[in-house]
Parts: sequence; structure tokens; C-alpha cells
Amino acid sequence: MKNLLKKKTTRTDFLTYLGVIVVFVIMFALQQGDMLKNSTQGMLVPVCCFVVMAVSLNLTVGILGELSLGHAGFMSVGAFSGIIAAMSLEQTIPSDLARLIIAIVVGAICAAIAGFIVGVPVLRLQGDYLAIVTLAFGEIIKELINCLIVGYDENGLHVMFNLSGKLSVENLNMTENGVAIIKGAQGAVGVDKLATFPMGFVLVMLCLVIVLNLVRSRTGRAILSIRDNRIAAESVGINVTKYRLMAFVISAAMAGSAGALFGLNYSTLSSTRFDFNTSILVLVYVVLGGLGNIWGSIIAAVVLYVLPEALREFNDYRMLAYAVVLILVMLATNNERFKAAPSRVIPKRRKGAAVNG
Amino acid sequence: MAKKVFEKGKMVPVPSHSIIPERDLYKSPILECSHLGIDFGGLAAVKDFNITVGRTEIAGLIGPNGAGKTTVFNLLTKVYHPTRGTILVDGMDTAGKTPAQVNRMGIARTFQNIRLFNNLSVEDNVKIGLHNQTRYNALSGILRLPNYWKQEKMAHESAMELLSIFDMQDLAGHKAGSLPYGAQRRLEIVRALATNPSLLLLDEPAAGMNPSETVELMENIVKIRDTFHIAIMLIEHDMNLVMGICEGICVLNFGQIIAKGTAEEIQNNPVVIEAYLGKQKEG
Repeated sequence: MKNLLKKKTTRTDFLTYLGVIVVFVIMFALQQGDMLKNSTQGMLVPVCCFVVMAVSLNLTVGILGELSLGHAGFMSVGAFSGIIAAMSLEQTIPSDLARLIIAIVVGAICAAIAGFIVGVPVLRLQGDYLAIVTLAFGEIIKELINCLIVGYDENGLHVMFNLSGKLSVENLNMTENGVAIIKGAQGAVGVDKLATFPMGFVLVMLCLVIVLNLVRSRTGRAILSIRDNRIAAESVGINVTKYRLMAFVISAAMAGSAGALFGLNYSTLSSTRFDFNTSILVLVYVVLGGLGNIWGSIIAAVVLYVLPEALREFNDYRMLAYAVVLILVMLATNNERFKAAPSRVIPKRRKGAAVNG
Repeated sequence: MAKKVFEKGKMVPVPSHSIIPERDLYKSPILECSHLGIDFGGLAAVKDFNITVGRTEIAGLIGPNGAGKTTVFNLLTKVYHPTRGTILVDGMDTAGKTPAQVNRMGIARTFQNIRLFNNLSVEDNVKIGLHNQTRYNALSGILRLPNYWKQEKMAHESAMELLSIFDMQDLAGHKAGSLPYGAQRRLEIVRALATNPSLLLLDEPAAGMNPSETVELMENIVKIRDTFHIAIMLIEHDMNLVMGICEGICVLNFGQIIAKGTAEEIQNNPVVIEAYLGKQKEG
């Protein structure tokens, strides 16, 4: 263990885990002690979801090196499939926690399948083309769920596509005890708010373990090599298509699990919540936190999710202030003198430290 | 007996077999190309390329700029798919294979314009070369099962051992992109060797090296051949290196082989001299 901690990468991972745990413990204690404002209380679970989103998108954008603009689409697939699973199992499994876990797993699996279906044709493309197709995928998913009607009764699930725009829940022909789960454009209604902050924390930790351990393994190195030099990666015998698809699907699955948790945090949820803006928002977290930098994504996601709330006192100028803060942060993080500041404050930090480890 | 076969080249009209060194004659060749050719649009970049490389041969591929030498390497590694002809690696046809599959069949290469994984450490670069030698799946990597630790330890040890060929162990933690030019070239060779090839293709390994570095490189190429018992084929403009270590040399001009033979034969071949220096005026 001592030997391991000497390695720089292992130390960074360790500090990332530690940071997340410490923040969770503090926030959980405050929550239990009823010392949080209502607005802060309501942000705990969404923050966890967006941290997972940022970490998972970092796998595609930062580690695999492919720009994906449809990440909210996978979140959407996860959210609605998770809601359907949680709602339809209400009678069978009374335990909230069990249903939440099942919903997250179902969300992850459905998003992974969606990721696979999209990934097989899309990953033949590169660069801008890949970005455009993923963007289109996000919009298509949004529109598809917009006309989805789902209900549940003793006979099982009733699913219908409202393509003509004239159908409604009545057309499902459910029995009297039937429950409407998704009502087309209205989205999911009457959802049980199963999501809890500890579950969000567990999900964040799980995704961190997956991404960080993956990067330090044979598979992760293969993915990184594709980002750095595709032709060289092929020349040393790496199956480029396989590893690109693998990274893409894992990333989609994690976005799906985040979506399921997110969906079960609100009593109503419409598919327009997962639009292009959400995809871009997550991309901003990743870029601002640093491509390939996991702890950077976490901090960026937390700060930038909380920031618009903190800026509420600016009223109409809220988004303007948000944009200004974004620009300032980008300027600051690209400034060599700003980056060098810590080493001036702590004189003993040597640049050659990495060589010895 | 063996000597007789070796001398066959002088009388047989197919010169491709003439340059296999004596010790490899009774083993099947590692590489056999016959009538290899590729067209780019209407231009035939490589025409009727025939070569046979022995198990432990150091073969040289030379020619003026634009002769199609790198194109031949790209054909052998399936970066380009040949328009005509066949390539047999260890007796197996490579038709329809991807570059990654060809690598697994035993061909590893370096690039003329260095292609390292610049943002990764030197050790990771070699470990990526070891990708198909380390065997565990993504799941045991994520869960860090015992197999992961065992294989990673092995990968670390082999990486260090391979780096020690060029005395580069101390650089293991550095970023590959930050290395000096010569070290980057050497790292590329190490990475190619990590894939456990039976034929190593070196595209201008001495480019940008000073004379003393080149001498060191020559020794190392021979050392690599002798320790790993593999065939090496190299493209090079440094004639001291080519004439010094290559047992068989193949000269390419305008996509066609114009001469084959030992260093001595090539040096005295009028066709080769003409290709490099131009035709001498009569009188």
C-alpha cells in the first residue's frame, strides 16, 4: 500500500475519492441536522446526477477524445426507463431502496443498449461528423419520448406511440387499477420520489471507481492510445473499433444510471428537460474541469450547478453573470501565471517529482 | 551444398531469393511478397514488387525520394490495401486483414514521422505495445481482480526490460512527447518490439541522429536481431548504416525494384548509381 501511494496517479485517485467522501459526510451531517436551506436540500441529488454525467462524458470526450453532443439523450433514456421500472414494480417490490437500485440498473442497461445501437454506425465517423450525429441522436430521443405513452396495470405494461398526436392514456385500454406512467408530451407524472442523497453518493463513487480503474488498466490504456494516435494504436495491434465502442457504451450506461436517479427525484418529468442545452451544460463541466481530468469534472459540475442558484439575487442578470463567471474561469485556468501560483506559495513543489514515482 | 544454393542468385532469373542469408535458407521465409502493386488514381505507386525475407535477416529497402519505400511498408502493414499481388506473413495470406490483425500476425513497425502516444508516459507507451501480451478483460481491470495485479506486474517488468535495450529505464516516468528526438525514435522501436513481432519494419530509424548515435543504433539493431531472433527490414537514407548491417538490399525507383543483392553488389550496380546520381554523359 505504501508503495502504491508513492505513484502519482494512485495518489491523485486516492485524493479524489477522499474529497468526494469528505464532502458527502459534511453535507449528509448538515442534512440530518436540518441545517440546510430548502433550496440547497433540493440540489443535493441533482448535483450527484450531474457529477456522474460529467464524469461519464469525460470518458467519451476527455479520455476517448471524441466530441459527443447528445449525452443528455442517454440520460433521458435512463430516466424514463428507470421511472417505468420503478413505477411498474411498485406492487411487487415494496422496498423503496430496492426499487431505486433496480431503476438505476435498468436505466443503465437501457442507455447502454441505446449507446450500442447508436455507437455501431456512429463510431465509424470521426471528429465533427460524430458530434453532429450524436447531436441528432439527442434530439431524436427527446422527440420519441415526447410521443411515448406508457401505463401499467395487472396485465403488465402498455406502451403506445402517439405519432398522430391524437391518442391519449385512454387509448391504452387499461383496467380500472391501471396507472399512467408517461403521458406523452406531459412526460412522466406522479412519480415516486425515491431518490436519496446517500444513493447519489454511492452512484458517484461507483462511477469514479469504474472510470479511474478503467483508465489505469489495459483497456484504459488502449482507449487513451486511440485518442493520442489512432494510426499508431492500430499498428501495435489494438482493435480501435472495439475499444471506441466500449468507452462509448460504458459512458452511456453511466449517463443512464444518472438519468434514472435524476428522474426519480421529481414527481413530474418531461423529456424536454433533457434537451440540447443539457448536453452542452455537461460538456461545459467537462471542458472547464479539464479534458481527461476526473476530479476537475467533479468540481466543475458541483460549482457550475450550484452557481446559477447562488446568483439568484441578480434576478434578470443571472445568466449574464453566469456567462461572465465562465469566461473568467476559462481565462484564469489558461493563464500560466495563475497555474504557477501554487508552486510559488509552496516552494518545495518540484517539477521533477513525477520522474521519481 | 548450401553454398551452391546461395550462389544460385547469379544464374536464376528470379532474383528475389538471392539475398536470403545462408542460415535462413532451410527455414520458411517470414515474409513473401509476390507481384505486389498499388495504384493511386491512375498512378502506379508500387509495381510488381517481389521480395522474400528470411527468418533472421536484416533487409534494407533503399531508393531515391518518392520511390515508394514507405508505401511498401504501408502495404505490408495494411494501412493501404494492395491493388494487386499477395503478401504472405509466415506463410499466411494477409488479404482483407486490418492493420491491428497484421500486427498480431507478427509485423510491427515504426513510422517515418514519429507517432508516439505523446501525452502518455514512456512506460505506458511500451505497455500499450504489450496490449496483446497482457491478458485480462475490462471487468477484472475495473474490479482489480488478482489477475489484474499479476498481469500488470508482468507488463511493468517486461516494459522495463524492453526499455533497458536502449538504456531508457530512467525515462519511464517522462511524457513521451517531451523526450528528445533520438529518444523518441528509440522508444518507437521499443514499442514495436513490445508487440512480440517476428518481422520488424523500421522506417528511417536513423533520421535526425548524429553519426555517433547512428553507430550506436546500428549496434542495437544487430543486438535486437540476435536477442529476439527476428527479421528486420529497414528503410534508410544513411548508406553507412544500410551497407554496414543489411545482408540483403533491395533498391526501389519509381515504384519498381531495380536491383537486389548484397551491399557490394548494390554499390557496383550501374543501374543503382544511375538512379541516385543520374546518367553519365557519353564521352
